[in-house]
Amino acid sequence: MENKIVAKNLNLWYGEKQALKNIDLDIKEKSITAFIGPSGCGKSTFLKTLNRMNDYVDNIRIEGDVILDGENIYADGVDTTILRKKVGMVFQQPNPFPMTIYDNVAYGPRIHGIKDRKTLDKIVEESLKDAALYDEVKDRLHTNALGLSGGQQQRLCIARCLAVEPEVILLDEPTSALDPISTLKIEELLMELKAKYTIAIVTHNMQQASRIADYTAFFLIGEMIEYGKTDDLFSRPQDERTENYITGRFG
Amino acid sequence: MLRSSFLNDLNQLKVDLNKMCYLVIKQLENGIDAFKNDDKELAKTVILKDKEVNDMERKIEAACLNLILRQQPIARDLRDISTALKIVTDLERIGDQIADICETIIRLNAKHAFKMVEDIPEMAEIATKMVRDAIQSFNDNDIILAKEVKLRDDRVDELFNNVKLELVEITKNAPDQIDACIEFTIIAKYLERIGDHAVNICEWTEFQETGEMDHTRLI
Amino acid sequence: MANNSGDKELVRSANMRSIYDKKRRVSDTILNGLIHLSTGFALTIVLVILGYIAFRGVPELDFGYFINQTSILKNTVGILPNIINTLYMIVLTLLIAVPIGVGGAIYLNEYADGGRFVDLVSFTTEVLSGIPSIVYGLFGYLFFGIFMGLSYSILTGALTLAIMVLPLISRNTQVALDNVPNSYREAALGIGSTKWYMIRTVLLPSAIPGILTGIILAMGRVVAESAALIFTAGAVAKLPSSFFGHITTSGATLTIQLYFEMAKGNFDIAFVIAVVLMVIVLTLNFLARWISMRFDVNRIK
Repeated sequence: MENKIVAKNLNLWYGEKQALKNIDLDIKEKSITAFIGPSGCGKSTFLKTLNRMNDYVDNIRIEGDVILDGENIYADGVDTTILRKKVGMVFQQPNPFPMTIYDNVAYGPRIHGIKDRKTLDKIVEESLKDAALYDEVKDRLHTNALGLSGGQQQRLCIARCLAVEPEVILLDEPTSALDPISTLKIEELLMELKAKYTIAIVTHNMQQASRIADYTAFFLIGEMIEYGKTDDLFSRPQDERTENYITGRFG
Repeated sequence: MLRSSFLNDLNQLKVDLNKMCYLVIKQLENGIDAFKNDDKELAKTVILKDKEVNDMERKIEAACLNLILRQQPIARDLRDISTALKIVTDLERIGDQIADICETIIRLNAKHAFKMVEDIPEMAEIATKMVRDAIQSFNDNDIILAKEVKLRDDRVDELFNNVKLELVEITKNAPDQIDACIEFTIIAKYLERIGDHAVNICEWTEFQETGEMDHTRLI
Repeated sequence: MANNSGDKELVRSANMRSIYDKKRRVSDTILNGLIHLSTGFALTIVLVILGYIAFRGVPELDFGYFINQTSILKNTVGILPNIINTLYMIVLTLLIAVPIGVGGAIYLNEYADGGRFVDLVSFTTEVLSGIPSIVYGLFGYLFFGIFMGLSYSILTGALTLAIMVLPLISRNTQVALDNVPNSYREAALGIGSTKWYMIRTVLLPSAIPGILTGIILAMGRVVAESAALIFTAGAVAKLPSSFFGHITTSGATLTIQLYFEMAKGNFDIAFVIAVVLMVIVLTLNFLARWISMRFDVNRIK
């Protein structure tokens, strides 16, 4: 499997505090990579470096490279608009815009200049179908998205992300605010999406990582302790700290 | 320490498993003694005690399934629990086989039966030793010992073949002994099976350490 | 230790009581009474003032006031010029203050990277809103009227009032922007929106009720202001001769006119103006409420 994103010797500081230490990690194309670890271990921070969502944090300093398809996203003159079209992000709290369902999904395409109504209709329908939401909302595309349930809102956010045809989807604890059934629906959806997209997901839920991820990385206090196939990491972790964490002996 | 109740349960599981191991070894030793000395009383006790082995198997199985259901063990914990789940089966089978041997002893009407067939004493000795060492390798997580024990099974198989040949000879010369000979074949077969179960225990011991069985990755 | 066991005793005795044994707490009763009393007091004052103005003003209401200007030659009395001046003042003040106030707030909230500068600006804004309006009048008169040569004119008044309501508008806008969940910003930026596109399509629609509330409160200030206008907008009550030219002429708003009529002892006309002002202010307040409900995109209909 090809590497889609390669992080090389990545270091990150918030002011004086070092939040990521020498991270080297490859994210494989068309697969799901999960980042696990206790709170504050840097997994979310790392995820956000992959589409430069950390740019807006005050006093942040990043060293090292993140290579997307051979191009360094931290090089000078990178257009973050194009970067984020390629590497989209879905957040912990479902965050649909206070607009209609249709406008939410059409938001991304409109940024990138698509105005034709028919084209937009098609993109909206396809994205909603890909996010396994279309059947539930097709009769109320023009009602406020905030009226949807939490699980539906999160799938809408995934649809909104898919609408710009990204290559990579980053998900930051996408199910932590959802009930178990909605969680399973999202997991099922991600398993289907990995045929077309490269997916990286931060999760607090180790069972979730073991259910859906092809690769898993374990982070601890800003370091990446272990990275490998999910089957290996959850059955025969190489590092004692990983084993202690996943078996619940500390965390 | 997080999950301390889970760890307590895991510990209890290990303690129970240990008890069952020693119970089975005791049964095996008593069974062989009964055979050696033609002690029908001892044989009866062994048969009665087999129920205890069966009960322990049920208890441990239930504990394992319960832990899987409620704790979703992974990594080392999962290997420990699945190993326990598999090993109790082998232990229980060993218990059954020794009980079956004891029933044969009670039926058998022959003096010095134990020494009648030349290779049976050696078979009994090797099989007992195999079980004892297999259990030890399991308890000590000793893969080297486990591997070594597995090798001894060839000798048991070889002896079993010898016993068969011997018994064929005996029936030819003394047709009146044919009943006893059939019983001996069965006893020899049981001993051979006991060796196989010891091998299984060794394999699960290896699995517990490596996640592999016969060089094939299981988890 | 003794104390501790005493506490436990208390807890235990509380557990032994039935949930039906309701205990009357004196302090609660007193506080409750005081709260109701103050509410009633505030309400009474509002009703008394409104009632008195209505009582004195409404019988004097005459349609003629609304279509005439006061003229000794034609022997007419009217407040139409003042109504028109007030409208001019509102529109002009907002035209100046809204772009600056809203724009500044957007800059401070979304672009400036925090720190001392933003603090300084916020502090200055607070100070500005605390200055007595007559001081604004003095400054407006000297700076816009004399120094910039705009003399007494609606424009001078509007510029002065614009400075005065600027804090109100920018503060409300800032609060409104602050209240937009960060997740909206992340979501928009996360799929490749530029900052300005995100502000235009997500932040502003979300913040519009708050911004409008600020604007309407500013309108209220403009309508109600007198001290800052006496020396800037002047006292003339004439109908405009040209639409745009009118802004450079002196013009008294309703409030100023009210002041003059009172000074002259014309209480009848003063109360008429008072009624008109009350109606305008109340309408603006209700409008503010309605708008913030109507345009709240976060409310699910």
